[in-house]
Amino acid sequence: MDKVIVAENLSLSYSKDETIINKVNFSIDSGSFVFITGASGSGKSTLLKSIYGALKPTNGSLVVAGVELKGVTKAKLNLLRKHTGIVFQDYKLVKEWTIEKNIMLPLIINGYDKSVTQHQVDSLLKHVRLKHQAGKYPKELSGGEQQRVAMARALAHNPVLILADEPTGNLDEYSSQLIWNLLEGANNQLKATVIVVTHHIPESMSIDYKHFNIEFGSIHEVT
Amino acid sequence: MKSLKNHLSLVIALLSILFSLQTFIIVDRSIDAYKANLINNYSIVVVSQKKLKNETIKRSHNLISEIIPLTPDNVIQRLEIDMSKKNVELLKLSLPKFYKIKLKNYPSPKEINDLTKSLLKTATIIKVESFAKSHDTTYKLLLLFKTVIFVFACSMVIVTILLISKELKIWQFKHHERMNIMSMFGAPTWLRSAVLFRLSIVDALVASFLAFFLFSYLDSTKWIGEQFKNIGIEVVFFDKITDFGLMLIVAISLSILLASFIVIGHKEEV
Repeated sequence: MDKVIVAENLSLSYSKDETIINKVNFSIDSGSFVFITGASGSGKSTLLKSIYGALKPTNGSLVVAGVELKGVTKAKLNLLRKHTGIVFQDYKLVKEWTIEKNIMLPLIINGYDKSVTQHQVDSLLKHVRLKHQAGKYPKELSGGEQQRVAMARALAHNPVLILADEPTGNLDEYSSQLIWNLLEGANNQLKATVIVVTHHIPESMSIDYKHFNIEFGSIHEVT
Repeated sequence: MKSLKNHLSLVIALLSILFSLQTFIIVDRSIDAYKANLINNYSIVVVSQKKLKNETIKRSHNLISEIIPLTPDNVIQRLEIDMSKKNVELLKLSLPKFYKIKLKNYPSPKEINDLTKSLLKTATIIKVESFAKSHDTTYKLLLLFKTVIFVFACSMVIVTILLISKELKIWQFKHHERMNIMSMFGAPTWLRSAVLFRLSIVDALVASFLAFFLFSYLDSTKWIGEQFKNIGIEVVFFDKITDFGLMLIVAISLSILLASFIVIGHKEEV
């Protein structure tokens, strides 16, 4: 099976004094569903940031979808991000845009046709049960609803890689289940690789998944 | 409301720069018109032992536009009462030749000095009267006026640029989050900053049109025209094509520069 992520002796740090991830080796198969767990401050989100290129490797190598992220050019990074869907714990929705426009963002960036964009957004709004809220602004929505919008945005352009940073962190049962269903659907139907950073793996998972745990700067697969 | 306030700050800042620019242009035009007016009443008097050739004198300095011989007849007529005809004829022959030299434009004191020296190089010329003292006073007054207006315009531009740089920080903060989110989804720089450029160009257009209406209104008032007439000049107060064109170029360039600073200063959040 093709590897979508390959890390060799990967080290990550925000400053010279403190190494968050220390010389780790791991790989993730294309089309797999992966959970990354670990205690608070263990480096889960840091690892995720490095996968979408927001944090460059301090040492070692990190290859994502064939792109070496150490010393990657802005153009190559943009290309990689165009095929990646990201869900942030704090949603990161554009406040001054409507829900509809927020979901459109990756489609606009990828240069989709207007009619295709509208059709895709309508379909996603239905999926996340927010069709009636399309014209509203993020601040008019609850946390759960905002996260569903962020989820729809991450799936809008049918990405090959979906990264989610604690996507159900502060959500109610209903919204959490909806998010997990969407992530499972993306992996199952779209064959996207899904990497989720979380504290707890939901018991309701109906598909096979891999589980990595980060502890003291090292990563190991939980079997 | 907050967004409108942000726009208004940039529009007002740009408007004050355009106002300073147009004021300086008007003053510059007024001074040029006044100089053109002065040159009609200013000339240099040259005294020569022999008749001067028009072309030779014209060639001696490029400021010279015309040489007009001055006849001594008026003075001689007064002397004819007490002198015989023969003596008058003799006097006419022995008198030097007087010429009035007209110049192409109002000269600086240095140009007058150079011109005097050039004229005196001609062997037959014995005296050049440039009325330098009164000329110098007028010239220096004009120069002082122009400098004062220039300093005023510059200080206004500096204060406005300081205001704009403060505005820049607000815009940087305001657009940072959106640009950051767009960057996470792989938006190229031009797409991330398109909104910013569009907004700043709209502000530049608003400021330019406000300045256009302001100066068009002032141009249409009788009072302005009368002030120029009082000092004997006619000045184009506001040229709706060239002046407005310049305003547009200045305002759009400044706002694009402002937006570019924000784009360059934007750093992706880690």
